[in-house]
Amino acid sequence: MSTETSTIQVQVNGEGMALAAGATCADVLERLGVDQQQRLAVEVNEAIVPRSQLNEHRLADGDRVEVIQAIGGG
Amino acid sequence: MADRDPLVIAGREYHSRLLVGTGKYRDMEQARTAIEASGAEIVTIALRRSNIGQDPDAPNLLDAVPPDRYTILPNTAGCYTAKDAVRTCRLARELLDGHNLVKLEVIGDEHTLYPDVRGTLEAAEQLVAEGFEVMAYTSDDPIIALRLQEIGCVAVMPLAAPIGSGLGIQNRYNLLEIVDRLDVPVVVDAGVGTASDVAVAMELGCDAVLLNTAIAGAQDPVLMASAMRKGAEAGREAYRAGRIPRKRYASASSPIEGTFFE
Repeated sequence: MSTETSTIQVQVNGEGMALAAGATCADVLERLGVDQQQRLAVEVNEAIVPRSQLNEHRLADGDRVEVIQAIGGG
Repeated sequence: MADRDPLVIAGREYHSRLLVGTGKYRDMEQARTAIEASGAEIVTIALRRSNIGQDPDAPNLLDAVPPDRYTILPNTAGCYTAKDAVRTCRLARELLDGHNLVKLEVIGDEHTLYPDVRGTLEAAEQLVAEGFEVMAYTSDDPIIALRLQEIGCVAVMPLAAPIGSGLGIQNRYNLLEIVDRLDVPVVVDAGVGTASDVAVAMELGCDAVLLNTAIAGAQDPVLMASAMRKGAEAGREAYRAGRIPRKRYASASSPIEGTFFE
């Protein structure tokens, strides 16, 4: 067992982000300045986190978070 | 034509047989105006990492093409493996509140952007098993098109020519064969350059055409969007009307009898 730390380090869209231990996906969106009502999809370690669970899903050290949106494409 | 001739994909009816992309436009307003002029009801989008944090005021694409007005068709562009394509579709479903219709493309290499048909078949099987309605971009190989139909794809979308090439239909006999053999809608996807290409695809009996660059890259995208709309309509009506056979020699349009000169 590793000793509990007060911060965790995660990857958000490929970039490092330090968060307080116990932070959730919603905290990441807040840090990004993103409104949860916007059309986004969130993935943690390649698994979808449904919008309804963004407030509950707690992140762990080393988690890879993707915040995805629609852009133009063919 | 007043009689009904809807395009039916996954049980839903559409009046337009032109599907358009949302990429490569100068700005969101140009995209919105051109898409409106095209008359398209189904529009493709791509999924990418959000940059909202960097530019909070950047307009959202889904405000320009609102899902309550258009059928949004998320693509898997940029995916080189079945795994990435499946992952992208799951994200799309979450993004669009459970929306299941997707455009599957698994690309083989950057130079040709040709589909990797092996990856496409693998991804199609997985996606159909997960309840997605899959419109599959593929080569113009009739056998692969049949396999995609067998897997349960709701539409099969053979290319006319490489993506973005504007070369038009390169193998109309393969497309004809695909049209003859498949029961699901056949949508020509990629390689269209101008309105006559769309018309030819429709005259061959294809059910619809999907394009992006040919409109977005035109000097006047809005005018080209209008031309594409007419190309699709003209080609479809010509197909339904039944063209005359090709002959090597002339046949007079005016009666041969009853002339008043010697």
